[in-house]
Amino acid sequence: MILDTVLTTSTAMVAQTAGLLDTDSFLVSMLLKVALVIGLFLSLPLIVGYMEHKAMARLQHRRGPMFAGPAGSLQLVADGIKFIQKEDVIPRAADKWVFAIAPGMALVPALLIFFVLPFGPGVWAADLELGLFYALAITSISVLGVMMGGWASANKFSLIGGLRAAGQLIAYELPLILAAIAVAVQAGSLSLVGIVESQATFMVAGTDINVWFVFPQILGFTIFFVAALAELSRPPFDMPIADSELVFGYMTEYTGLKFAMYLLTEYAGMVSMSALMVVLYLGGWQILPGVPLPGCEAGGGLFDCGVLGTLIGVGVVMGKILMLTFVMVWLRVAYPRLREDQLQRMSWLVLVPLSLVNLAVVAVAKVVF
Amino acid sequence: MSFTEQYGAFAIMVIVGCALYAVIMLGSRLMRPSVPSPLKLTTYECGIEAVGTGWSQMNIRYYVFAFLFVIFDVEAIFLFPWALVIGDLDGSTSPSALYALVAMFLFILTLLEGLMYAWKKGVLKWE
Repeated sequence: MILDTVLTTSTAMVAQTAGLLDTDSFLVSMLLKVALVIGLFLSLPLIVGYMEHKAMARLQHRRGPMFAGPAGSLQLVADGIKFIQKEDVIPRAADKWVFAIAPGMALVPALLIFFVLPFGPGVWAADLELGLFYALAITSISVLGVMMGGWASANKFSLIGGLRAAGQLIAYELPLILAAIAVAVQAGSLSLVGIVESQATFMVAGTDINVWFVFPQILGFTIFFVAALAELSRPPFDMPIADSELVFGYMTEYTGLKFAMYLLTEYAGMVSMSALMVVLYLGGWQILPGVPLPGCEAGGGLFDCGVLGTLIGVGVVMGKILMLTFVMVWLRVAYPRLREDQLQRMSWLVLVPLSLVNLAVVAVAKVVF
Repeated sequence: MSFTEQYGAFAIMVIVGCALYAVIMLGSRLMRPSVPSPLKLTTYECGIEAVGTGWSQMNIRYYVFAFLFVIFDVEAIFLFPWALVIGDLDGSTSPSALYALVAMFLFILTLLEGLMYAWKKGVLKWE
């Protein structure tokens, strides 16, 4: 009974809740949104990159960057300045226009995902009704940029790298989508904010213990994480780049800022995939299951949090994103690269069937309880 | 926010993204040196002269995976609307929850059969 009331009030809240950036004037709110999205897109990858430098160094008994800025924290800024000063070499054999456009083709979709990601109570550019569908659809455009770069370079290493990337990205997109659909079944919503909301009111059947979706769907979370790693071509799934076999895969012929754009795409992808996992499985901006943020009033303690609550909420999301990206870095240090056919077999024979089983179990459980 | 406002914002975001890339690329033209030389513009191939062109004929084993992918991706499109409504169904609604579950399971099983066939045919195994 109490549960029902909570559910109805919170659903009503979702319907009414507008992001902090929705003001009366369309232009003003649009400016704020563009600023939010671009600001996060350019800053979070740098933070994650610095974390990777330092974490990898520590895991390998090194100290990592030390001299650029305090404790080497400005190392990536220095790298960026170096990239700007580099000459832009376009090989004579290359298809010049496609070669020039390809990094942008990878970069823009990576930017567009940030458009729907909620980073805290009210802190999102748009709460689309089809948010989850949108995020998954936009992710799959990035493969075009990689393919275009690999093809246009007119280099054998690049071509092999680009084709490997295409094969890998389509193989791992399926488990990713199927695992995400299981979350949509459980939440009954495709809106990312709605999914966070439904986790705040999701109880273990027959009790009033609040849990996040990671507990009933630990299998789905594992599948999503592995598939996300493969989608990002992060080690141990970095066959498209495979520096010991393919020089640098589809990026072999790229120099200077265009190369930097591919790198930015990769790190932005790490952030957006982690943010998606936080939203889908780890309860968004809740500190612990069932613990609302201070200052929040309605809807399971998720919205209208005041300044303090909003800041803490954003901090919690960033903390969870950093934790997930740290695990990605950790896996990079811990595991060697897979072979290309092992990669394909793992997706088609292990992850796709497992994610279908996961979906079936979740759907049956949803109907029974 | 209305539908048009949401997707209007999305359209603006696309334009801003493309403009961002264009500005970065054009801006960097002012900062970077340009010292072209014929050798620098050759295709990189481990330091020796490239044999043939980069667009050489090659065995694309992945095209079978592309077929498999299309099949399952279309399935995923059908799963999304199903996922949204399955929680609202029960014994009293029409169609009933059981009907919706069985229908979707039959659909998935049919596709899985295709995957099994591809496996049996050795598509997923490389020598």
